[in-house]
Amino acid sequence: MTELDAGLVGEQIAESGQIAEPTGRGEIGRARRRKEDARLLTGHTRWTDNLQQPGMVQVMFLRSPMAHARITRVDVSAAKELPGVLAAFSGRDFADEQGSLPCAWPVSEDIVIPDHPPMAVSEVRYVGEAVACVVATDRYRAADALEAVEVDYEPLPAVMDMHDALTPGSPKVHESGNKAFSTTITSGDVEAAFRDAPVVIDRTYIQQRLIPSAMEPRAVLASTDGDTFTLWSSTQIPHVLRVMLAVTTGIPEHRLRVIAPDVGGGFGSKLQVTAEEVLCLLLTRRLGRPVKWSESRSEGNLTVHHGRDQIQHIRLAAEADGRIRGLRVELLADMGAYLMLVTPGVPMLGASMFNAIYKMDAYEFACTGVFTTKMPTDAYRGAGRPEATFAIERVMDELAAELGIDPLEARRRNWIRHDEFPYTTISGLTYDSGNYEAATERAMALFGYDKLRAEQADRRDRGDPVQLGIGVSTYTEMCGLAPSRLLGMANYGAGGWEHGSVRMLPTGKVEVITGTSPHGQGHVTSWSQIAADALGVPFDDITVLHGDTAVAHKGMDTYGSRSLVIGGVAVLQACEKVKDKARKLAAHLLECSPDDLEFEAGAFKVRGTGASKTIQELAFAAFTAHDLPEGVEARLDSDATFDPDNYSFPHGTHLCAVEVDTETGMVKIRSYVAVDDVGKVINPLIVEGQVHGGIAQGVAQALFEEAVYDADGNLLTATMADYLLPSAADLPTFTTDRTETPSTGNPLGVKGVGEAGTIASTPAVVNAVVDALRPRGVRDVQMPCTPERVWRAVQGTRGGVRS
Amino acid sequence: MIPARFDYLRAGSLEEACQALAADEDAKVIAGGQSLLPLLRLRLSYPTTLVDIGRLPGLSGVEDRGDHVHIGAMTTHDEVMRSPVVNAACPLVAMATATVADPAVRHRGTFGGSLAHGDPAGDLPAVVLALDGVLVARSERGERDIPAAEFFVDYLESSLRPGEILAGVRIPKLGEGWGYHYEKFHRTAQAWAIVGVAAAVRRSNGAIQEARVGLTNMGSTPLRARAVEAALRGVEVGEQVRPACEAAAEGTSPPADLHAQPDYRRHLAKVLTYRAIGKAAGAP
Ligand SMILES: Cc1cc2nc3c(=O)[nH]c(=O)nc-3n(C[C@H](O)[C@H](O)[C@H](O)COP(=O)(O)OP(=O)(O)OC[C@H]3O[C@@H](n4cnc5c(N)ncnc54)[C@H](O)[C@@H]3O)c2cc1C
Repeated sequence: MTELDAGLVGEQIAESGQIAEPTGRGEIGRARRRKEDARLLTGHTRWTDNLQQPGMVQVMFLRSPMAHARITRVDVSAAKELPGVLAAFSGRDFADEQGSLPCAWPVSEDIVIPDHPPMAVSEVRYVGEAVACVVATDRYRAADALEAVEVDYEPLPAVMDMHDALTPGSPKVHESGNKAFSTTITSGDVEAAFRDAPVVIDRTYIQQRLIPSAMEPRAVLASTDGDTFTLWSSTQIPHVLRVMLAVTTGIPEHRLRVIAPDVGGGFGSKLQVTAEEVLCLLLTRRLGRPVKWSESRSEGNLTVHHGRDQIQHIRLAAEADGRIRGLRVELLADMGAYLMLVTPGVPMLGASMFNAIYKMDAYEFACTGVFTTKMPTDAYRGAGRPEATFAIERVMDELAAELGIDPLEARRRNWIRHDEFPYTTISGLTYDSGNYEAATERAMALFGYDKLRAEQADRRDRGDPVQLGIGVSTYTEMCGLAPSRLLGMANYGAGGWEHGSVRMLPTGKVEVITGTSPHGQGHVTSWSQIAADALGVPFDDITVLHGDTAVAHKGMDTYGSRSLVIGGVAVLQACEKVKDKARKLAAHLLECSPDDLEFEAGAFKVRGTGASKTIQELAFAAFTAHDLPEGVEARLDSDATFDPDNYSFPHGTHLCAVEVDTETGMVKIRSYVAVDDVGKVINPLIVEGQVHGGIAQGVAQALFEEAVYDADGNLLTATMADYLLPSAADLPTFTTDRTETPSTGNPLGVKGVGEAGTIASTPAVVNAVVDALRPRGVRDVQMPCTPERVWRAVQGTRGGVRS
Repeated sequence: MIPARFDYLRAGSLEEACQALAADEDAKVIAGGQSLLPLLRLRLSYPTTLVDIGRLPGLSGVEDRGDHVHIGAMTTHDEVMRSPVVNAACPLVAMATATVADPAVRHRGTFGGSLAHGDPAGDLPAVVLALDGVLVARSERGERDIPAAEFFVDYLESSLRPGEILAGVRIPKLGEGWGYHYEKFHRTAQAWAIVGVAAAVRRSNGAIQEARVGLTNMGSTPLRARAVEAALRGVEVGEQVRPACEAAAEGTSPPADLHAQPDYRRHLAKVLTYRAIGKAAGAP
């Protein structure tokens, strides 16, 4: 350690052995184990449900058993009399103060945003909607008291089917009707593309409704000291939530602090402003006591916003050689009963992605949002892009089948070549970089494509009851939400920037503060790697703070594979600003010009001499401030807010081989290869983890998961015995690899990886299932491809579509 | 997800447990809790008292008793599937038990609980039925043997009388020349059987001499596929087995649920029976 010039405190610090030596670069790209894990795995966790506050009480909600009904009477008086019960309320008790849950994305001029009271007052519109609540000293008493609440309903007709809902004369979900919005985007001459087209593929696909299943169910804790409010919530969006709650409840923003403590997954389901968050705040305001709510899994299945649920009518016109002329997409998107935070925006996130990696002359996208008496839908891993990718990748296989060519050949004839980037697509997005050829070549080699095709032919010849199918998905996705300018053009209610700060502590240790809100992604580790390389400080000397609006005051939070691409870059830029300040200070202390200094391995060195100052020495010098140059503040701390010019576009090729037992309909994944190009990789271990989890979730949509309502609007899949999630035992070993085409849109060259696996894998699996059965006349199997559906497809009955 | 209020009694002796049950017909035995607790938590069941028999001596463990194996009611699934006695003398029980749920459930759930619960989708009832097990019930009045064929009365209903506790099960040893297989068809590793087939086959001189076939989830109780058993007698292992298995769905009334309609279950019963018989008979 070089000698430090300091007073008494300084000396103590200097002698404490705390001040580290700088390190070299080399953190970025390193497969670091996650800093988060030791604590999480050993149970030293702060899930919202674990938190305790003095005087805390528990709230439970009574939920509507009716899909659609007028509430004629709610009587909570008997519940109030029960032991341990502090209070009980109906929606009417909150009517004047609860406001309406926000929708931040009015996607079209004609959009109807119905009033959405956090607790139903006069009408319920889905099973699970809160109609009353009980606050008690513990959950057990609250649960008993719920049974004492009396509610009378006057049934109204359930509206379950989107086509029916749009039929004139259909019962209405809202006074204004069942159409939430409609929008059409056209590019090029679509009529001409389809006129006399030698090949037209016309298909309808169903994106089933899914229930996002985070490991940690939701929980909320609200407290007040009479003046300020604190809300802990298992949320992905503490910052957005704070603004929205302030607007909804009237609690001024500066008197509301939102904390996302440890959050165990979200997948979009915690990108929401929920009824329970609003009501817990209102309750703590009313009762003056901390109020906690924790949902059960069944309650979650009913009331966590659902995902997907679209009917996709896809038409593709092509030349005889397979070159695409044009694409027409007509969507019906099930909004459920209300428009929540980004409900209508979800299908619109796919609006520009159906054309995917392919070149074409014309494109039309039309979407109608439909109200039904079901839980609202909203963002779920991929949000809009899995739907788009599924449709186009399914249709590309159909095109190949129609032409009798290999599905990869159909793609090759249409995709953007690596020498054509940057490329502006028919839908107007500019893809910065990519190399579809390289990823595909790599995937085919790892997969043993030709060998598997030979085995497939052999099984077909032999009439093997177990047929082999090969599925292809050459996907791209749009991530890094997003350029604020583009979000503004899309009428989104907020910007897409992200904030990062770096605080240089006196001992040379570093606090990185980020506006992203990790809930399992490992930002603490990755951001440490970025800062370690930028500042030349050791990885272990960095702490990353997040998820508390009092600590990380600015942020746009975590969703849409945006955190690294925007938030990681903000951290890098804040580090650069720290170095700019440090350079001035170093030049002053070393008595040279800033231009004579080069920064290497955490130290500023005077070119040509041995003189240098480490970043830690400079942090200390800034702290003591005994000798600062004119006009330099006593700190190196810096902030940066990054707003990119463009989205980023990861891509890749996923190949899936399935064995389909034609006697039982059982589908087994035999092998799965994923070659992803997510640009530069900060931590390969974390990237790998995201890819694995992503594929699992995409496979789950293809084969396992489906939220099912009956005709009366009851959710039949309220437990995990009925809503099937695959576990590791149901999934194959994934073979993963990467190609690396850096993004040109940000200085890290990163593209985002959070949703890639989910977006890519669903069509790969379904394509494989259909490929196995195509010689038997099957050309589609509706998702999830359950054994029964596959069996019926083979039988040529309900469930499978045959040509 | 929170059960309604109930009292809890940790019985100190079998007698005490029997008395408590006899005194209150809304009292219920709790064994591993793996079926009962979900019902309580969903408030589908409101017992007044749970009588915990988990610490009673003598209800747990596997014993080789010469011509049969005795499995104590409180023996956990995990103990059953690892028991050398079970694996040697009635391997079909071990095979089926290994397909139950996941390790966490298997460490708590019990052999007796699975049978007393009487869920036709459970894997063990069909096995005990196929092996002609005898269920031993205990009450204040003493002990009573119930043949498996008389034990399963209806959906979630057994012939245990109020105040009776299932103490154990005797599984007769089938002797030499038998082969076994449990064919479970389910969508995920942890899921219940859509259909399951328990098969035991005695084969000699290349032909099936005797077959026992139990069906899981093909009706409101576990069922024996008697028509298949009859059709298989004397059949050469080979071409003739499949037609014999076509009778597997005879006399069944399979349920309709999210995972399968009855016609599909009937079809599965035939395919799975054929596969189970083939594997039990050691067919290539
Ligand atoms: C997630 C999950 C998945 C599962 N998957 C499967 C599966 O794939 N296959 C399968 O077979 N099972 C499955 N099970 C059920 C499991 O096998 C249970 O262990 C079994 O059904 C009940 O055993 P138990 O000891 O837990 O009984 P408990 O839940 O304690 O009791 C069940 C019922 O039996 C009664 N009872 C229990 N013991 C006795 C007794 N000795 N005398 C009289 N009455 C008694 C109780 O009063 C109660 O009515 C699953 C369970 C779970 C939670």
